Amino acid sequence: MSLLSIDGVWKHFHGQSVLRGIDLEVDAHEVVSLIGASGSGKSTLLRCVNLLETVDDGVILLDGEDITDPRIDVDDVRKRIGIVFQSFNLFPHMTVLDNITLAPRQVHRVAKAQAEEQAHELLVRFGLEGKARAFPDQLSGGQQQRVAIIRALATQPRLMLLDEVTSALDPQLVVEVLAIIRELKDSGMTMVLTTHEMSFCRDISDTVCFLDGGVLVEKGPPEQLFDAPEHPRTKEFLRSVVHSGRF
Amino acid sequence: MSDRISPVEGPGDWVKSERQHERERLRRSHGRRSASIATVSTVVFLVLVVWGVTSSPGWPRVAATFLDGEEFVHALPDVLSGFVLNIKMFLITEVLVLAVGLLVALARGIRTPAFFPIRALATLYTDIFRGVPTILLILLVGFGLPALRLQGIPTDLATLGIIALTLSYGAYVAEVFRSGIESIHPSQVAAARSLGLSHAKTMRFVVLPQATRRVVPPLLNDFVSLQKDTALVAVIGPLEALRMAQIHVAHSFKYSPYLASALLFLLLTIPLARFTDHLAARTRRRRGA
Repeated sequence: MSLLSIDGVWKHFHGQSVLRGIDLEVDAHEVVSLIGASGSGKSTLLRCVNLLETVDDGVILLDGEDITDPRIDVDDVRKRIGIVFQSFNLFPHMTVLDNITLAPRQVHRVAKAQAEEQAHELLVRFGLEGKARAFPDQLSGGQQQRVAIIRALATQPRLMLLDEVTSALDPQLVVEVLAIIRELKDSGMTMVLTTHEMSFCRDISDTVCFLDGGVLVEKGPPEQLFDAPEHPRTKEFLRSVVHSGRF
Repeated sequence: MSDRISPVEGPGDWVKSERQHERERLRRSHGRRSASIATVSTVVFLVLVVWGVTSSPGWPRVAATFLDGEEFVHALPDVLSGFVLNIKMFLITEVLVLAVGLLVALARGIRTPAFFPIRALATLYTDIFRGVPTILLILLVGFGLPALRLQGIPTDLATLGIIALTLSYGAYVAEVFRSGIESIHPSQVAAARSLGLSHAKTMRFVVLPQATRRVVPPLLNDFVSLQKDTALVAVIGPLEALRMAQIHVAHSFKYSPYLASALLFLLLTIPLARFTDHLAARTRRRRGA
């Protein structure tokens, strides 16, 4: 059984279809990348999985459980999913340590000392030792995004969603965030990510999906999708990516 | 983790160029000219105002009734003792207003269907009590509440004044809190909710702490206004500063007691107003504007 199973999902905004019957299976420990132009529906799909948006049709199963059922406890579903946003969205009035320990303490009822010890371990692991007492605006963009990833990891989610996590960063800072994602993959984390970093996407993904106009046009292992794309729209997109110097 | 690139070798130490010296000299002389123009125009303006007022036909009578030093000194102790009551009313009302305002603002944000009546009531409250003039509200509460003759309703005039002021300012402060809550970007709520925090916990740990910081300057502004509006309670009769001044005026037909109470209010409101400006300026600097 897949860890995440998306079946015929539709989503409309203001009469426009943003997702048009998306089907996608994600197995445990698998890394799935969503690529496509802006407005192709990648971010909306992630937000639907995290229940930040309600789907207009179709079913999403997490560990076999229908999370699109209106009777579901959304907070309970979100406990099992970590999401990292393009704009970090750290809580500016809290220290790094408080940002990380908020959910473990308030949602998962972990004792303060234990939550902080765990947070310190994660900070050391991701090269942020000594930053526990800093506030977000005292950190670089790359450091803030690493804190955001740690914050999502601290609740030990089953699934991580990464929404263009390097798009707001200088090229120099992209590297340090990508290194973390690679480490997460090596530790066996199941991830669904959207990205514009094609070489990274090719390198890290088990499966790459190309979305266009809310439709999942083509899907396959990275070698196949990047080297031998079948659909004309995929070829066109990859050509434009190469022309713009992003690949 | 990141490989920082070492800084590029620069051209060595900076020696100020002749061009820069000349620029700074010009800027200094320009600054001096601006300062002297400002001084001259201020002096001319003040002279004109004083001359205009003192040469008005009624000035001798105004000076005799408002600027009577003897009556001023005579009334000051009474006005001052009344002013202590203004300060007490202000301090108690302030605390109550904060509590009422925050509760009403939170009630207006409740989306649970069972609590719809509370939400509707909160909306009704802000609509009504922001719409009724404060002085009318003081009269209604001051004469209406005791007339009900219910058990436990206070009859002390200052207490009734405090109730009326709390009702009026609570509605304003509720709106201040609400706009503060709404000014927090939705992405903050999304981040909190996606971590599994409930609506209530998102409010408590993420939204309110940020919103409260943001609304401090407008809140202090409302408090400056509340400080002087404690004088409105005079219409129902407790012996606060304005009422004391009125009593003296009624005896002597000199208006300098009014001037005395006005000065006392200024002594209290100006420092708070300056403090508000200071806080607002600090917030602007922090946002990097």
